[in-house]
Amino acid sequence: MEVEPLVIDAKGMHYTPLNKMIRAAVASGVKEIVLNNVLGQRFIGNGLRGDAKIIINGVPGGDLGMFMSGPECEIFGDAEHAPGNTMDKGSLIIHGSAGDAVAHSMRGGKVFVEGNIGYRGGIHMKEYEDKRPILAVGGTSHAFLGEYMAGGLILVLGIGHEPAVRDRGIGSGIHGGEIVIRGDVNDKLLGVGATKVLFTEDDLERLAPVIEEFCERFDLDSSSFLDTNYSRIIPSSSRPFAGKYTWD
Amino acid sequence: MSLGSVPLKYKISIDREQCMKCMRCVDNCSYGVYRVEDDKILIDSRKCTACHRCMSMCPRDAIMLQEKPVDYRSHPLWTAEAREDVINQARTGKIILAGMGNAIDYPIIFDRLVLDACQVTNPSIDPLREPMELRTYLGKKPAKLEFTKNNGDVELSTKLAPNLKLDTPIMIGHMSYGAISLNAQLSLAKAVAKTGTFMGTGEGGMHDAIYPYQDHMIVQIASGRFGVDINYLERGAAIEIKVGQGAKPGIGGHLPGEKVCSDVSCTRMIPLGSDAISPAPHHDIYSIEDLAQLVRSLKEATNWEKPVFVKIAAVHNVAAIAAGIARSSADAVVIDGFRGGTGAAPKVFRDNVGIPIEAAIAAVDQKLNDQGIRNEISLIASGGIRNSADLAKSIALGADAIYIGTASLIALGCRVCGNCYRGLCPWGIATQRSELVERIDPQVGSQNVANLINAWTLELSELMGAAGLNSIESLRGNRERLRGYMLDEGLLNVLKVESVGA
Repeated sequence: MEVEPLVIDAKGMHYTPLNKMIRAAVASGVKEIVLNNVLGQRFIGNGLRGDAKIIINGVPGGDLGMFMSGPECEIFGDAEHAPGNTMDKGSLIIHGSAGDAVAHSMRGGKVFVEGNIGYRGGIHMKEYEDKRPILAVGGTSHAFLGEYMAGGLILVLGIGHEPAVRDRGIGSGIHGGEIVIRGDVNDKLLGVGATKVLFTEDDLERLAPVIEEFCERFDLDSSSFLDTNYSRIIPSSSRPFAGKYTWD
Repeated sequence: MSLGSVPLKYKISIDREQCMKCMRCVDNCSYGVYRVEDDKILIDSRKCTACHRCMSMCPRDAIMLQEKPVDYRSHPLWTAEAREDVINQARTGKIILAGMGNAIDYPIIFDRLVLDACQVTNPSIDPLREPMELRTYLGKKPAKLEFTKNNGDVELSTKLAPNLKLDTPIMIGHMSYGAISLNAQLSLAKAVAKTGTFMGTGEGGMHDAIYPYQDHMIVQIASGRFGVDINYLERGAAIEIKVGQGAKPGIGGHLPGEKVCSDVSCTRMIPLGSDAISPAPHHDIYSIEDLAQLVRSLKEATNWEKPVFVKIAAVHNVAAIAAGIARSSADAVVIDGFRGGTGAAPKVFRDNVGIPIEAAIAAVDQKLNDQGIRNEISLIASGGIRNSADLAKSIALGADAIYIGTASLIALGCRVCGNCYRGLCPWGIATQRSELVERIDPQVGSQNVANLINAWTLELSELMGAAGLNSIESLRGNRERLRGYMLDEGLLNVLKVESVGA
């Protein structure tokens, strides 16, 4: 039996009752939830499991989809601080820009941001076995992109920005995963422990599905992004602190 | 020019008349002190860490250890340690890494506080025949209770916040799987289940062997977010955000890749052999408002059913920081004093950063009382608590409960040699080598740890009974039951304790 989408008017609502309604709906088998007039409610979809789709019309507050494990949230608006924080599975599709610490410590799933992101995007993202988180950004990013990154993929297309990223500290302390940025990246912008390598045809073949999916979600022509004009930034070591210490 | 070698730290000798060449020392030493050549046990004292494993296994007490067998020219400032640290850093140019807690000879405030007992004017209580109430609830307490009356029935209408119920105010602190072995963690977990109390997972996720004890586990979420997902949060009896640690305030942690074996990798959810790096701050907490956001996020994710603790290192402004935490929706604040243990910390931090737990407890308790929010948050103290006297004094200074760490490891065999960071712990505690880990039998280990908790609990009851107190609430924050002995006026003021004789 097809379950009707649930429409919630979130105007003036506190996040706790809102999340309770979402949880109850998902538990009762609702597959699609539409939240209207969202304005600053934090923690939407927090710790939520399952495969529901949540449409968010408005601007959700911080920690959107934190610890989320499965659902997809599509946001028609900007997102605040740390969407996708410690997210496990599922996706956030943001038709707008997002604040600082986007995808903080994300361990699985996808965060797609059509516009720009703030500081420390993808900080400490990590991967394990088949869980490989992806943060893809259509616009640009502020400083410390992929700081302490331990796994997964960060892709920055830099649409409307030349160069794609002009802030420093990219991959500062990175010890796993990869950061792929459209065009060239000035070496001066790389953080400690990050190194830039050639983006090869093999890399393109590997990443083409991500690029295509991103373009499809935001109605972009993927053909103009399917070439090797990217910079690939990876860790210079998986043990960045190994040489720092001596025994007592 | 070569700096040559520094003198031995320890010298091992074998009483050859006593020795029966059973070779247990050879088999037990994971540091390689002993080897056999031509049927003779040879000794390389330079490799010794004074872990005492060989001696404890020697059936003839034939092994002797001497610390600092070589004298330097004595000098009050340029101690042997100061000289050797300089030599080490001149050689390597690196940060010195050290294990266990603060090793500087600072005065111990606990040892300058004495407890009270009843004489004549009010009777002491015999815990053998009078019930002693040690049950402790951790979490928010309502400022007032409201009731509804219904035809003579009275019902509580105030909604109570979730609390942890402890049978004794002793918990075991956060030591992660990775920092310690699974058998060590299992022993601790079985012990807290037996004694009706709780322990922390540390920042290492929860191994599935621990699941049967999950109702006694406080799951930690630290800046690396290792092993953290919604299942992990839901498993815990409570959640603890680790902001800082007494052994190394202000810095993060690096679990070296060598310790990330396949099981550790799976529990932490990180690749095999990669460094597990916990950044210094949580990068989603840059302010007290951000902390409140994380606390509420954790509560929201777990349906407001779990108490959330926040652990900080005891630093100069600990009282003001704790007062901020009390306003973040957190249910307990954990204060870790500068003597807190660690698997590995830069020595300069371990020995020099932070303040003693005794002063921190008193300052925090006082500040929360002054602001009228002591009921909003429980206070858990840790960092260098060695026995039931330290426990009783901590509670009298204002703590609700304590965490022990080092003491619980000593109950598993640890002799505080301080080489945890090398991953070769011969007692099977701070290692992931299976042949060493197997040296701990969790059945036996858990009984030892449970014995320790029970023994302290008994002693605490006796101390309370002697002081005429029959419930832990009457001891908590009861500084009247303490006197300072040879403490200066400034410190007495901080502790809000009178001098002996006053």
